[in-house]
Order: sequence, then structure tokens, then C-alpha cells
Amino acid sequence: MLAKRIIAALDVINDSVVKGINFENIRTVDNPIELAKRYEKEGIDEIVFLDITATNEKRNILKELARKVASEIYIPFTAGGGITSIEAALDIIKNGADKIFINTYGIENPEIIIKLSDVLGSANTVIAIDAKYENNNYYVYSHGGKVNTHKNVIEWAKTVEDYGAGEILATSINYDGTMDGYDNNLIKLLSDKVNIPVIASGGAGKPEDFLNVFRSGADGALAASIFHYKKYGIMEIKNYLKENDINVRL
Amino acid sequence: MISIIDIKTGNVANINKILNGTITLDPETIEKSDKIVFPGVGSLDYVNNIIKPVKNILLKKINDGTPYLGICLGLEVLYEKSDEGNTGGLSIFNGRIKRFSGIKTPHMGWNTVAIKRDSPLFNGIKDNSYFYFMHSYYREIDDNTVAETEYNINFSSAVNRSSVYAVQFHPEKSGENGIKLLKNFRDLL
Repeated sequence: MLAKRIIAALDVINDSVVKGINFENIRTVDNPIELAKRYEKEGIDEIVFLDITATNEKRNILKELARKVASEIYIPFTAGGGITSIEAALDIIKNGADKIFINTYGIENPEIIIKLSDVLGSANTVIAIDAKYENNNYYVYSHGGKVNTHKNVIEWAKTVEDYGAGEILATSINYDGTMDGYDNNLIKLLSDKVNIPVIASGGAGKPEDFLNVFRSGADGALAASIFHYKKYGIMEIKNYLKENDINVRL
Repeated sequence: MISIIDIKTGNVANINKILNGTITLDPETIEKSDKIVFPGVGSLDYVNNIIKPVKNILLKKINDGTPYLGICLGLEVLYEKSDEGNTGGLSIFNGRIKRFSGIKTPHMGWNTVAIKRDSPLFNGIKDNSYFYFMHSYYREIDDNTVAETEYNINFSSAVNRSSVYAVQFHPEKSGENGIKLLKNFRDLL
């Protein structure tokens, strides 16, 4: 039986892992490779690396990171942040990443989603969506959560599915970094409307948050702070889920 | 020497770290190899195009009994036909690769593998261990099925006939069990 996935998110600037609250107030926490190894040992199912470096060196950072991570860990990982070409995506995959994700560039150039899924295969093409709830609507935000595109999140999710995306990584801007729980309503809406896996992101603070988001239909639940600061162990969360009839890999 | 086919999109770093082989698309290197691994990230048409220069040598080696391990796409490419793309596969095995329907596709994540038949690939690996899957297409259960996995339907998660082995999951991404499986292939006589 397919297990629900617990996924660790590592935001990377140059060589360091960082974590912000509501997309701001960035703090450095650790070395990405060491942290990835620690999570693998502790039972994480998957890792997502987001490069938030704001320079022209972006492409090389993800490529180098993929190479180093791939030679150290034996679980799947996804990399993204600033990918703006098929070549850059291929480079990252060739260096060992299992999946790449795109966000802003896919909004501005939706045809790249079709091309990526043609070349990499749908299963390796992830679309990240940053969603903000305001005025009774979920809006797609671009540029690291700064720009409201005025696209509806559900409509955009259905579009990227049509274009060949293999997975949606949905981050709630409202909940991100708060550790108050995921936006379960957003995840339920997405899971009901699209037929590709949905990864929930933003807001995990305690084991119950994972349970609630899986019950809302998430296929994976991504978290950062809860693991970075060792608030709860990965197996502690998985054991809690198992006790509550959620199938996890123990 | 183990040749790992360089399909350009293939995630070969981990595989090669375990197998200590050669990542190659050179016909002469493949000709000389004792074993062949066909890794699996990418779409079928794209990969068929990449392997064109070595297709004949690949077929010859497989037919000569050189142990072959296909991973994900490396399983799908063994069959004649596929729901994916227009170019089909190597036709080592008969039959068609199908696309999942009626369930979230791709099938993505850790799933259990039920071993149905003795195979050296699974030496030292417990029945119903978790492996990582990442695919939209599958091979139904057939005479070559060694292990099955359930995702809406039961499909072939591992197949074997004589020296041809293939797995639908990614052993290089499946932690200790996957490393064990790759080493089992490496150590085949």
C-alpha cells in the first residue's frame, strides 16, 4: 500500500540552509548536506531543496547541490528555485536530483511545463504553487510570494495538470512558518480537483497537523521548522500517524 | 565492468556509486561490459532517441545473455508497445506498457513490494519491504513477474527472464533495501 510521505524542506542560500517565517525574516540553521543526511537517518521519506539565492549563480548552485546530495543520500529529492530553462532542469536531474520544481517561470511561460514533462517525464516535473487566501479566494503568488498573479489556485492547478505536471507542491503563504497547522481547506480543494499527487506545505508545528492534512487528502506533507529545531522527531510523527490509521513507512 | 547507459536524463550518480561502473553511451564500451544497467528518468520517446546509436549493441548484449538490470523506464523499454509515446520498446518481452487510470497518476512515493517468485535480486530483502516509485506507466502481471505492487490494481514491480532483470521502482532511491538489491545485481555470476 502506498505510504503517505513526510517531506523535509530545506531552503538554501549559497551553502547554507535557512528558514524564514511568512517568507521573510531569514535565519541560517545548518549545512544542507549534513542536514539531509540526518533526516535520511531519522526516517524522512523525501527532501525538497529550494534555492533562494538571489544572484546569477543560481543554476550552478542547484546543480552542485544536487551532485553533492546525490552522492550522500539514497532517498529521493527534489530541487528548484530559479530554474528558467529545460537545460538547467536537465542539468540538475543529471547531477542526481529525482525531480525538479518550477514556480514563477512556469507562470510566466506555461509552455515550459509541457516541454519539461515531455523530456523529463511527468513524474519528474513538479509545479510549486504559492497560495494566499484573501477576499474569499485562493490566489497564486509568484516571485517568492511577493506578487499576486490574480490567478485562481484551483484553476492554475488544473492547467498545470493538463500541461503534464506530475505533482503539485502547494504552499500556503498565510500559514507558512507559523507552525499553526496546514491550510487543510486549500489541500482538500486541490486534492478533490486534480488527479496528480498534492504535497502540502506551510504551517506544520505538531503531529496532529500532519494527521489533519493527510485526512484532507494530501499525498505528502512538507515541513521545515518542526524538523530543523528538533521540536518533534520524524519517527515520533510517523508513529503517531500509524496509530491513527495513516499508512506510513516505518 | 558494468555499463550504466547514459540516457542523459538519468539519475545515475547513486547507481554508479553503488555499482562502481561506467556511465556510457559508447557502443564499444557497452560491447565489452559484463553487465548492463538501464536507469530510468525520462520519457520513452526521448530516451529512444538518445539510445539510437547503441540500440543494436544493447539488443545483441541482452540476447547474448549479458545480465541486464532495467530501472523504471529501463523496465518499460523492454516491452514491445507502450501507451506512452509512439516509438515502442526493445521487444525483449511481449506485451504492452499501460498507463494508470482511475487513480492519481503518477504513482509516486514509497510502496510495498510483494515477492512472488524466488529471485537473486531480492536475496536478503524482506517480503513487503518499501521501495520508492515514481511512474505513470506500468506492466501488468505476466509470466515474468517476480514481485507485485498494489496501486489501484496489482502490477509488476519486478520482472525477470533468464538474465534480464527489471524493477519498476528506483532502488537507488530506496534506502538500504535498494542498495541491497543493486548489490545483489552486481554480485550475480
